[in-house]
Amino acid sequence: MSQMFSSKNLKLLTNPLNLENPITVQVLGICSALAVTVKMKPAFVMALSVIIVTAFSNLIISTLRKSIPVRIRIIVQLVVVASLVIIVDQVLKAFVYDVSKQLSVFVGLIITNCILMGRLEAFAMANKPWESFIDGIGNGIGYGWILIAVSFVREFLGSGSVFGFPVMEKIGAYSIGYVNNGLMIMPPAALIIVGVIIWIQRSRTKSLIEKE
Amino acid sequence: MNKSNTYIFIYSTVMVVVVASLLAMASNVLKPFQEKNLEIAKKLEILHSVDKGWDASSADSKNAYVDGEYAKYIAETLVVNASGDTISGQDAFMVDLVKEMEKDSSARSLPVFVCHQDNGGVNYIFPVQGKGLWGPIWGYVSLKEDMNTIAGVFFDHQGETPGLGAEINTLWFQKPFIGKKLFNASSQFVAIKVAKTGEPREAEHSVDAISGGTITSKGLQNTIFDSMQMYLPFLTKNKK
Repeated sequence: MSQMFSSKNLKLLTNPLNLENPITVQVLGICSALAVTVKMKPAFVMALSVIIVTAFSNLIISTLRKSIPVRIRIIVQLVVVASLVIIVDQVLKAFVYDVSKQLSVFVGLIITNCILMGRLEAFAMANKPWESFIDGIGNGIGYGWILIAVSFVREFLGSGSVFGFPVMEKIGAYSIGYVNNGLMIMPPAALIIVGVIIWIQRSRTKSLIEKE
Repeated sequence: MNKSNTYIFIYSTVMVVVVASLLAMASNVLKPFQEKNLEIAKKLEILHSVDKGWDASSADSKNAYVDGEYAKYIAETLVVNASGDTISGQDAFMVDLVKEMEKDSSARSLPVFVCHQDNGGVNYIFPVQGKGLWGPIWGYVSLKEDMNTIAGVFFDHQGETPGLGAEINTLWFQKPFIGKKLFNASSQFVAIKVAKTGEPREAEHSVDAISGGTITSKGLQNTIFDSMQMYLPFLTKNKK
């Protein structure tokens, strides 16, 4: 057990949250980060779906890595990812129909999310199943927390609510003339917020700044 | 590692078979839940067209709430043919309007849902189906007993432009339809015009289009016209 959570393994989990964040450092998976962050609930479900898919595709590919013929490895990876995504999509349609309607095509598009193929090629093909599983969860959370952060700002300023709870209405902000910011609902707002997050992260972490 | 071609063929065959059976299994297990969701979504759309079912998202059990409201208000359904006569032996709820519209007009069976309001009024709900800019748009139009005045509408779409055409499923767009009339003073079928600023309009038959959503607006206008036209014999027969 202690070996399963060695400091090296824990690094696999924590590095993608900050120093190797898929969105803010590697700038992968931006498309869906812009599309599903208008409200927190779909963003949360999307984050959860990506965590599940990265973790299990990493696990499966890593388990099979010695048997996968090199020449068709990308095809095998795609088949595994696509099947997991289809299953996740079907489960969402069965149990959280409204959210799946809001996410529409973006669940299906997890297949094309660069984070997945990146982790499979760079990590799962060369590492043991347990490490790959942790790496998948770490990268999924790294993607997910940015999504939640962006959607928090966008929902709070754009719709005046947090996770669907109408905060601004409850504290009476509208009656004193407060108006929601319509820009926050538009896709460009996500780009600006991601930019601000990258800016804050770089100003706090010297190792991320490129040398001239 | 490099493997022989035979290995690659066997490997991919086994992989495809395993994956296919897994997916088939998942789809079979989840199907009843998904179909229930679709049924609830359809019932909710029908209820929305008569201004009912708005508490669905805050209800403890959404399915039970929607089923209950539907059973309470939509106690009666009809299937009518192209000449406006009621035909028996078909469940209106299960009729797929898309398929019916592909058929020859004489072979169509068209569903009508009847809503009994709390105040004793009766509304007739007609499904409408057509094309927007990017994909299908559909909805329900409910008429008062005169088979002319609109009591309420509900529209939805698959993938119209967010913020523009997609606005057809919002209340600000749908509310103005209430009270409009399908027939003009000389009993001619004119349906509803979704009119842009500056277009000639008649107050009783026009609503505002969506700025920037011209093609969706026009698509909706045609959707209402084409779909309600199929019901014309039924409307004329039952007109009061």
